[in-house]
Amino acid sequence: MSTDTPSSGEDGVGEDDLPEDREELVTRLAELEATVADLEAETADDGKKMTIIATKGTFDMAYPPLILASTAAAFGWEVVVFHTFWGLDILHEEKSRDLKLSAVGNPSMPMPNALAALPGMDRMATRMMEQRIDENNTATVEELIETAIDQEVELQACQMTVDLMDYDEDDFYDGVTVGVGAATALQHMAESDVQLLV
Amino acid sequence: MSEELDITETLDVKGASCPMPVVKTKSAIDELEADAILEVLATDPGSMSDIDGWAEGTAGVELVDQREDGDVYRHYVRKTN
Repeated sequence: MSTDTPSSGEDGVGEDDLPEDREELVTRLAELEATVADLEAETADDGKKMTIIATKGTFDMAYPPLILASTAAAFGWEVVVFHTFWGLDILHEEKSRDLKLSAVGNPSMPMPNALAALPGMDRMATRMMEQRIDENNTATVEELIETAIDQEVELQACQMTVDLMDYDEDDFYDGVTVGVGAATALQHMAESDVQLLV
Repeated sequence: MSEELDITETLDVKGASCPMPVVKTKSAIDELEADAILEVLATDPGSMSDIDGWAEGTAGVELVDQREDGDVYRHYVRKTN
C-alpha cells in the first residue's frame, strides 16, 4: 500500500481526527436529537390521520366507513371520508334512508340466488336487517352520519360523480363537503396513517 | 379494585352498540375538567375491549378500571389534561 493513499483507518486516522471534531459532533448530535424529537411529535398518536374512500351504496356497505370514521374521530384523529359513485348515496339525505341490502350474490342469505333474484327479495332482506338493527339498538345510517359530522369528520362528495349521478348540492346532509375530486382525495391519502377503500 | 373512586360524572350508554359507547365516552370526557373521572355504564360486551383500546390510543385520557357487574360493564376513565 502506498503511503500517499489515504488510509481507511488501519493507522488510526479517524481517531486522530476525532478530538478536533468533537464540537462538531456534539452540534451534529444535538441536531439529530432535535430531528428525532420532531419526528416523534409528528408520529404521536394524537396526530393520526385517516382517509376512507367509500364507493358502495348498499345498506351493509354504508356502515363500515361511518363506524370507523366516528371511532377514529373519538381517538382524536383527523378523518376524511371521500364518497364516490354509489358511496354518494350514503350522503344523500333521501337515498340514505332507503339503502338496500342485496339478496342476490350474497352467500350469507339463507336462500339460493334463483329465489333471491325474485321481485321484492331485496326489500325483504333489507327489512329483516333493519329489524335486527332496531332490536340490537345499533345506530341507523342517519344517526351515524350526524355523529360523524358532529365529531368534525369531513364527509366529502366527489364532484365528478355528483354530476354523473345528476345530484344537487342540496341533496346532501348539511356539513357535507362538495366540489372536491381525486386530487384532493389523494392529497389526504398521502398525508394519512390509515387509508381504506370500502 | 376495593378503593372507592371519586366519580365526577356517570354516562349511561346501556343498550347502545358499537361505535356509540366509545363515541359518547369521548364527547362526555371533552366536557369535563382535568383529573375528573367519568363512569361509563354499558351493556355492549365489546365495550370492554373498545374503551380499553380507545383510552390506550387517545391522548389526555387514562383507563382507571373496568368492572363487570352482572349485565353491565362499568368503565372508569380519568381525564389527564
